This record gives sequence, C-alpha cells and structure tokens, in this order.
Amino acid sequence: MTTELLARLQFALTITFHYLYPPLSIGLGVLLVAIEAAWLKTKNPLFHQMARFWTKVFALTFAIGVATGIVMEFEFGTNWATYSRYVGDVFGSALAAEGIFAFFLESGFLAVLLFGWDKVGPKLHFFATCMVALGAHFSAIWIVVANSWMQTPAGFHIVGDGLHARAEVTDFWAMVFNPSSMDRLTHTVVGAWQAGAWLMVSIGAWYLLKQKHREFACLSVKLGLTLSLIASVLTLATGDRSASGVARNQPAKFAALEGHWQTGPQAPLHVVGWVDAQTETTRGLALPGMLSWLAYGSAAHPVTGLRDIPRDERPPVNFTFQLFHLMVGIGFAMIGLALWASWALWRKTLENSRTLLWLLVISVLGPQIANQAGWWVAEVGRQPWIVYKLLRTSQGLSAVVQANQIVASMIMFTGVYLLLFAAFVFLLNEKIKHGPDETDLQPTGKLALGFKGGAA
Amino acid sequence: MNFGGLDLNTVWFVLVGVLFTGYVILDGFDLGVGVLHLFVARRDEERRVFLNAIGPVWDGNEVWLVTGGGALFAAFPAVYATVFSGFYLAFMLLLCALIFRAVAIEFRSKHPAQQWRCFWDRSFALGSFTSTLLIGVAMGNIAWGVPIDARGEFAGTFLGLLHPYALLMGVTTVTLFAMHGAIYLALKTEGELQARVRERINPLIIAFILSYVLLTLATLLYVPHVTEAFRREPWFFTLVVPVVLAIANIPREVNRGREFYAFLSSCAAMAGLMAIFGVGNYPYLVYSQPFPEHSLTAFNAASSPKTLGIMLTIALIGLPVVLAYSISIYWIFRGKVRIDKMSY
Repeated sequence: MTTELLARLQFALTITFHYLYPPLSIGLGVLLVAIEAAWLKTKNPLFHQMARFWTKVFALTFAIGVATGIVMEFEFGTNWATYSRYVGDVFGSALAAEGIFAFFLESGFLAVLLFGWDKVGPKLHFFATCMVALGAHFSAIWIVVANSWMQTPAGFHIVGDGLHARAEVTDFWAMVFNPSSMDRLTHTVVGAWQAGAWLMVSIGAWYLLKQKHREFACLSVKLGLTLSLIASVLTLATGDRSASGVARNQPAKFAALEGHWQTGPQAPLHVVGWVDAQTETTRGLALPGMLSWLAYGSAAHPVTGLRDIPRDERPPVNFTFQLFHLMVGIGFAMIGLALWASWALWRKTLENSRTLLWLLVISVLGPQIANQAGWWVAEVGRQPWIVYKLLRTSQGLSAVVQANQIVASMIMFTGVYLLLFAAFVFLLNEKIKHGPDETDLQPTGKLALGFKGGAA
Repeated sequence: MNFGGLDLNTVWFVLVGVLFTGYVILDGFDLGVGVLHLFVARRDEERRVFLNAIGPVWDGNEVWLVTGGGALFAAFPAVYATVFSGFYLAFMLLLCALIFRAVAIEFRSKHPAQQWRCFWDRSFALGSFTSTLLIGVAMGNIAWGVPIDARGEFAGTFLGLLHPYALLMGVTTVTLFAMHGAIYLALKTEGELQARVRERINPLIIAFILSYVLLTLATLLYVPHVTEAFRREPWFFTLVVPVVLAIANIPREVNRGREFYAFLSSCAAMAGLMAIFGVGNYPYLVYSQPFPEHSLTAFNAASSPKTLGIMLTIALIGLPVVLAYSISIYWIFRGKVRIDKMSY
C-alpha cells in the first residue's frame, strides 16, 4: 500500500471512530436542555430523574469524544504536513476558533453539568447545560466551516508558487460563509440531533419491551421521538439543499453520487444501482428526469456527466454512489419510522406493538450509519482533491513520514480504539441495566431549594 | 496593529506561549496527580479522592493544549506541520498516553470489579507519566535544536530525539508536575491522606530543584543560543528572581497550612519558568542545528499579517470570556473533595 492510501486510511479510521460520539453529545445536549427546561417549568420530579440518567449517558459519550478528538487536532500536522502548510492560514484559524469558542465552553460547563448537582441551584445548572449544548453546536459550526472550505474554497488567494505556494485569507467572512458551509452545517447538525434523539428512543423502547421503568421510558420515548421527527424531516430538507449545492459547486462529486455519465437534460435519479467505472455505465432502477428536477427544479436542465470530467479528476464512483444511496435510504427509513411511531404513540398502541418497539430499539444504529456514510461520501466524493481544485490529496502528505510509521500508529490506534469501544459498550450496557435511579426522584442539595414538594 | 513596538508575529509568539503556559499550569497538576496516583493513594477510597480532586476540571484543562495546537496551526502553520510530522512516533505515543489518561479518569469508578479498577488506575498513572515525560522531551528538543533541512522539514530520527538534554528536560518536567500535583492535592484533601500528601511535597521540591539546576548548567554549557538573549539583555535575569522566590515560598506556606497560597506560588513559578523558556528561545519556534539558518522563527513560519490580525481579534474576544467562566467554575468547585453519588 502507498503512503497516501495508508495516511487516508488512518484519517478515516480515527475520524470515523471519533464521529461515533460527537453527534450523540450534540443530540443529547439538546435533549438535556429540553428536559431541564421542562423540570424548571413543571417541577415534575420525573424530569429531574431523567436529567440525571441522561446526563450519565451524555458523560460517557462525551469522555470518549474528547479523548479521541485530541488526536484529530494534531493529525493534520502529523500525516498531512504539506497540506497544513498550504492551508494553515485559512483552515487553522477555523480550528483555533473552535478551541476558543467551543471546546472551552463545552468542557468548562460540563463540570457543572456533571458534578454541580448539589453545588449550584437549578437555574444555574440549567444555564450550564445550555452552555454545554451551545459549545457542542459551536464546535460543529467551526469544524464544518473548515471542512466546507476544503469542498468549496472561498475568501482566499494563493501566494507564492511551487513548494512555497499557500492559501491566505483575503476575506474572513467569505471564508466562513463559503458556498457550501451553511447547507452542510445544517445538514450535519440535524443529523447529529437524530443520533442523540434515536438513542433516547431506543433505550426508552428497550425498557418498554422489558416492562421496566414505565413512566420514565414513556416520557423518554415521547421526548426523543419529538426531536427525531423534527430532525428527520429537517435532514431531508437540508440534504436536498446540500445536494443541489453539490450539483452547482462540485459537479464531479454530484455525478459520482448518482453514477451519472452523459451530460444532458432529463438526468435520471437512481433508487438503487451499480456503477461500472470501466465501461462507464450505471445499471439499476432509475426515475427519468428526477435528478435534473431535484437539482435545478426543471427536468430539462442538463446535469454534467462524468465523461466530461477528466479521468484523473474523478472520484471513486461506485463507492461514492453506494454510500450515498445507503445514507439517503436510511434517511427516508428514519422519517418513516418516526411517523409510524408517532402515530402509534398518539393512538396509544405503541406499548403493545412488539415489532415497532424492537424497530425502535435498533433505530439507534440508523443515524450512526447514515452520519458516517454521509461523511464518507463528502470526503471520498471530493477526491482526488484534498482542497477542491487547488491541492491534490497526494500532494498534501507529510514528506518525512514513512509508510511503516503510519502502519505502526494505525495498529496502535486500532488496538486502543477497540478497547475503548468495548469499554464504552460495556459501561453503557451497565447503565441501561441499572436504569434510572429511584432516589433521583428526590432532588438533593441546592437543587432542592425552591423546589415545592421536594426534600423536606 | 501595533502594541508598543511589538509586531503581530511577536504578539502571536507570546500568545501561543500563553496558551501552552495555561496548559502546563492547569493540566500540569492533573498530570502530576496521575504521576503520584499509584504511590501516594493506596486504598480505593483514596484513589477516588485523587480522581475527584481533578474530576471536574481536567477536561477543561486539556482544552488549553487543544487550543494551543489550533493556535499554532493558525499562527505558525509551518511549525505545526514540521513538528508534528517530524516528531511523528513521539506524538502518536503522546496522543495514546493522553487518551488512556482521559478515559481512565472517566471509566475507573464506573464499575466495582477490582481488576477493572486496577487496570484503569495503572492506565491513569502510566498515561499521565508518559504524557508528562514526552511533553518535557519535546520542549527539550525545541530548545536544544533539531535537524531541519532546507525545505523546512525535520531531518532527524525518533531515537535522535531522545538525547540526554531532552531526557533531562523530561525528568525535570516530571518532577515539576509531580510537585505541582502534590500541592494541589494538599489543597483538595484532608486528614490522614492530606498528611501523607504533604510529606511528599518537600522531597519533590528538592528533586525538582536538583534537576532544574542540572538542566540550567547544561543549558549554559551546551545551548548557547538560548542563553544569548540573557547575555544581550541582562535585565531578563530578573525573571529568575520571582521564580526562585515563588518556589522558596511553597514550603513556607505548606508549613503554615496555607495550601492555597502554596498552590498559587507553584503556578507563579511555572509561569515564570515558561517565560524564561520563551525569552530564551525567541524568535525561534524550532531551532535548527546543525544549520541554524533553517530554523523556523516567529517570522518565517508565520501566517499572513491579515490572518494574525483576525486571530488576534478572536483571541481578544474569546480569552477574557474563557478566563471569566473558568475562574467561576473553579470557584464553584473550591474546597475539599467530597465523594457523592455523582463522583468518580
């Protein structure tokens, strides 16, 4: 294997494992804000119990998110040194802003969220929870802005040439609001909301199946499902916007998403299919004209085909195609499941339908797979570029890092991450088996102050 | 923008230094607690007290390193690229150690089995020790100089980074963090455990002073470019005075039972040490030897003035806010550790 492929695999491994956790923190963060707000408003102790339980789950996901995230902050420098020199002026500032505006906020107030229950009053605790959730969203903003700049660079100029060429900022706000950043940000954030929301639904549904903690489980399913429903519909809307952005800004990626070869109007949309890049054909079930219509609002609008993209500027087509269709398929399935479960909840038949409850239990995998597939599409679909149309991935590598060093570090990370994942699943399972704490129905310490009907 | 004759590059040299100083002072005591974990805390209850002493704050403390890394990327991309790709294996080890340290804190007390706790106790201690040592070795190499070629790329080897001067800096860092951690623990513990922690402070101070004196001698003898700033501007030597006073003040405050002042003294000493390190190295961010002309400096490795200006605006908005709420959060968690059901 080449150094380039190894370096890409290493990044894929570390970022994929890392990205299991931040979406859960973002999604659960929103839900914790909702739970604590409901508790402050209604003083219903069930909300306090929920806040306590879901905070523990949140803490678990957050811990691994932080531990694996620190690798990401330095991996640009270790494996992509030439890229780092090239983009540091632009990309680095977004990353530094993430540190100052997001990470400090998140981890600072996390202390109050986790350990402040008996030390601060309910309002201050609520404020801390809001700050943690806000910090998680700020983090999403800056990192998606940075990545979007790699997809659709803007607000910069190239200074120097050859080895000394680099991108320098000319307009900071044009860099931040580059053509794809807002569409991709909204899509990423609602995808993250789904990850957290379906986790809550899933654990709640599990308790309902096992007929344990009924009140707690019903309320968790109800709350989780509300966010799931909203977020899954928003995922579709933002995904649509994001895709038409790709059609305009990254025609090669767009053509690869759909295995579209021949430029022309009436471009078809594939429901399923298989791409053969050798013969430049795509077989499968297709809806004629739908691609043109979805991307440009008119079936007569031409869509650029891959044959008009030079061979050395085409991404791996079938890989991008399949993962894109996996993501979209799961996206629609989540909307369907959210509608079905909401309807059952409204008709009060949810608790009796074991099939539906089982589906809800496994639903937690849906957004995780779709989020990962989506990011793989975004990154693989940009190939062979590391910064679109400016710098090839093969040009961005670290000049001094050898293949065997990458292999050694990959073996290390694989071992460490497998261990972490096993420990995470084990501890999450323990938490779920233990369930919500009955004593949490009675707030203690400062939280109990100003709490009518609370601890005497 | 102009700050009393300071140019933007120097301002960013100082700011990156401030971020790393923040990291050393704050995560320094977390790592120090980790180094002492197996030796000083023996029973399960005591180990829980140690973990909960840093529990609410270690995470925010580590962010100083992450933000320092981001700031280095933004302000001095060439340094970020050369150092992290050049020190590849060393950094992978550091990242691995930091991961273990982090999850060990979170996971250890979440399951009662003795083997589980024993495993994570060791991970916490070993992760903290390795991180501390590697941070010191990295700083030692930055001061000593590393081979840099004409393209600005690292031209040495992993084993070449482990020379005696760098290792001495590593040992000095371990003793410094252990001392700092012990003082922090004296502040957060009580009773018999506190008495045991207090006994460790003086030996650790002595160990630190010995290794620091050795390090300084080695610097004077073998690292002339670092001492040059002091020869050129002798008044920089006044920086040494507060450091010596601060360290001398630590045993005095500990004996009087004023752990908080001892801790502040320790923080001040570390800030002073970092300032001396910064003054000695300025303007070099990575000194190149044997070819000093290939060195990466605050000027030839920096981003454009426009970006440095934008980043300065971001820092001036962000850092005061960060400091304000960080101090408030430390205030909320002041006082001795109490184990409750949310504790580790």
